[in-house]
Amino acid sequence: MTGTKGAPNGATGTTGTPEETAPDLTAPLHLAVALDGAGWHPAAWRETGARPGELLDAPYWADLVAEAERGLLDFVTFEDALGLQSAAFHLPDDRTDQVRGSIDAVLLAAHLAPLTTHIGLVPTTNITHTEPFHLAIGIATLDHASKGRAGWRPQIASRASDSAHFGRRTTPQLTEDEVGDSELISQPLRALFTEGAEVVEAARRLWDSWEDGAEIRDAATGRFLDRDKVHHIDFQGSNFSVKGPSITPRTPQGQPPVVSLAHATVPYEFAALGSDVVAITPHDRAGTAAILAQVAEAVERTGRDVTDRPLRTFADLIVFLDDEPGAAARRKARLDEAAGAELASDAEIFTGTPAELADLLLDWRSTGLDGFRLRPAVLPHDLTAITRGLVPELQRRGVFRTAYASTTLRGHLGLARPASRYAAAG
Amino acid sequence: MPATTKKQVHLAAQLPGIHNVTVWSDPRSESQIAIDSFVRLAQTIERGKFDFFFLAEGLRLREHKGQVYDLDIAGRPENLTVLSALAAVTTHLGLAATVNATFNEPYEVARRFATLDRLSGGRAAWNVVTSYDAFTGENFRRGGFLPEADRYTRAAEFLTAARELWDSWGEGDIKANAATGEFVAAGAGRFAHRGQHFDIAGRFTTPPGPQGHPVIIQSGESDAGREFAASDAEVIFSKHNRIDVAREFYRDVKRRLAAYGRSPDDLLILPTANAVVADTDEEAAAYAEEISRELVSPQTAIAHLEAVWGRDLSAYDPDGPLPDIEPEDDAHFLKGHSVFRKGRAETARQWRKLAEERNLSIRELVIEVGGRQTFVGSPQTVADAIDDYVQSEGADGFVLVPHLTPGGLDDFVDRVVPILQEKGVHRDDYTGTTLRDHLGLSAAPRPAGWGGPGQPLRTGHDQPGRDHTVRDQSVRDDKETSA
Repeated sequence: MTGTKGAPNGATGTTGTPEETAPDLTAPLHLAVALDGAGWHPAAWRETGARPGELLDAPYWADLVAEAERGLLDFVTFEDALGLQSAAFHLPDDRTDQVRGSIDAVLLAAHLAPLTTHIGLVPTTNITHTEPFHLAIGIATLDHASKGRAGWRPQIASRASDSAHFGRRTTPQLTEDEVGDSELISQPLRALFTEGAEVVEAARRLWDSWEDGAEIRDAATGRFLDRDKVHHIDFQGSNFSVKGPSITPRTPQGQPPVVSLAHATVPYEFAALGSDVVAITPHDRAGTAAILAQVAEAVERTGRDVTDRPLRTFADLIVFLDDEPGAAARRKARLDEAAGAELASDAEIFTGTPAELADLLLDWRSTGLDGFRLRPAVLPHDLTAITRGLVPELQRRGVFRTAYASTTLRGHLGLARPASRYAAAG
Repeated sequence: MPATTKKQVHLAAQLPGIHNVTVWSDPRSESQIAIDSFVRLAQTIERGKFDFFFLAEGLRLREHKGQVYDLDIAGRPENLTVLSALAAVTTHLGLAATVNATFNEPYEVARRFATLDRLSGGRAAWNVVTSYDAFTGENFRRGGFLPEADRYTRAAEFLTAARELWDSWGEGDIKANAATGEFVAAGAGRFAHRGQHFDIAGRFTTPPGPQGHPVIIQSGESDAGREFAASDAEVIFSKHNRIDVAREFYRDVKRRLAAYGRSPDDLLILPTANAVVADTDEEAAAYAEEISRELVSPQTAIAHLEAVWGRDLSAYDPDGPLPDIEPEDDAHFLKGHSVFRKGRAETARQWRKLAEERNLSIRELVIEVGGRQTFVGSPQTVADAIDDYVQSEGADGFVLVPHLTPGGLDDFVDRVVPILQEKGVHRDDYTGTTLRDHLGLSAAPRPAGWGGPGQPLRTGHDQPGRDHTVRDQSVRDDKETSA
């Protein structure tokens, strides 16, 4: 089901037809997890069962992704940034009591590709400091290495201090007031989102720049390539240009799905322009409907045809899951105490049992969402609770797959493999 | 002779993918893109106890007469991404990636290599290359290119900055002490580098992997390139196809190390080479001849000549003599491939001289100038030749470039390697787990500002210097950077 369609009068998201129709509650739910460090609670690394000394090493991640694949999830995302983690959104800090240190998410995802067979692998990259050409061939290569399971989560670099790591440009220093309000914060970042949308577009053109079948190996004429099927993209953005074509031939998925996280008007437009999946951060059912309407408006403004290019909508939730009623809330309270502050997040924080979470997901989903990206508060505890508690619960209710029906991420998401735009143009 | 007294032969391999070094018309030639090809070749050479698997970099497709060049294999994946995947299906093999210091920034490159070194358990290497190529630059924000004079100063400062980033985390900076609540040491990753090319500061995200610093590889042949290798590299790739030229290069580069307080063992010299193995020397020679002709089709021969001449030479017979007309003197005709450092006219003059001396047709000439060191023969012949080459200080070993993907080294690993092992010049099994272990390099990262007293050179088989002929790098100078 398409999550959003340009709906008149700010109507809530619909299921893909121009008229208002009831969401299809029997449609399969899409489920992803967001992996980050020891989990999304800052004190997660101190929990029994955590592996805080291994967060930058391959075996830890291999175990997590194997668990997510056992749970038949659509995909996992890997957080990343070109700056050290900080408790403050907009400034570096000098804290020593939280997880610090990270590895390149694209390379991590590629490393996990041969160790898995079905699950989608979606690394986060910045799109402000890295060359668009490098980004495009990295994700294309992940798609080749995973045989069609790559996704990409492009993210602008919003922290001014990260720019000093490159010394080529400056980016706005956000203020305390701005970071407290999702609409306010996106205003000074508007130019970076505009440029970022161009980066995604340039990457997509590079992915299209080799048509399928460009490699012909025609011994009679001595030609390895059909050069008519390999195209310069001649992309001219507001801040950069890329000649093309890509160095990397067209990938199994053609276009690896692009996933973005969005909290306000500007990033909703960024998603409408270039994403296949948008993750939003509502806090209740009514909020979900309201945000889906805003996304639909952004789709309308950008002129995107969601029949041709569906935009899947996921909601993000931080989850603490335990079978025993009340246990998850008690666990969160204990972690908050260890951290010295109550957990704060852009996303809603859920504590409860797998059955209670299933109730919530289906309730929110009825507003037109396609799925959820769950952020386990503690790894591996809450991931395992998702795969062994929540997933069986959803399967019992008939809303989640009992086996993978596809081997590609596009397949899991119900997205068709697109033709190269250059082939379409003849 | 006891094995311990013989110099060890270091072996590496490259999946070339592109250019006319790979036969794509052979039925055994498979994908140069599919991950299965990379896995197969990497696992084959790990079985042969090679030091490392090497990938070149491609940042722009070659063009000929303004169009994408269509005669050779083209297209390749991003190499650090492929190598990160291979790290999961190999256990000991070193993983070497070429990354350009012109179209990248130190923070990101240092981070990606630290990541590969962690993911592979200490098996990463970085082949540092540079570019002055505006053609490639059209794919990047930087857009243009560097003046020739700045190539190596930027590369050297790039490497310095990368080392500062790797050194910004101390060994025990990740505490992860749940009892005390201390996860990280205060100030871990803090850095500041202010230089001519880079002015950067902040916090680096990634503690280094088991090797501290990845192994540094360099592939230039020019004087500046040799000096850069002597000061900063641990492996240098060369491309000589004659033993006398190779020995002189070997002696020259090893001699330069002392000025930087380094010993000759601190830098390994590995020429790229082909090995054509068959049951008998005669069969191997015939097969090598066949490969040469498959690699240089009549169309390929003319295209290469056009690249030098800068003119349309499609009317010439590839089996006939070289054109007697003079080359154009304009920008590169065949872009992103061979770079004619000596200029069109000089290159053409040298090619003509060589063709006349040896009575070569256009196609034969292109085969000749494109050649690299090639070992041809029975397994015994090839093993003997490789051993002799290394024992006589022509090289410390070789980077083998198979002409078939991905099975092109099966015969070498199954038939030549066992003979080298019997000779006591190649390991029976890995004795360490990191690439530095395999190469015999110091395990710890070098402290900033190397120095210390120079060590005496180990002298080799000195021979009087020879004038380099046209076969010495007129066409293929340090160009592994472009596809």
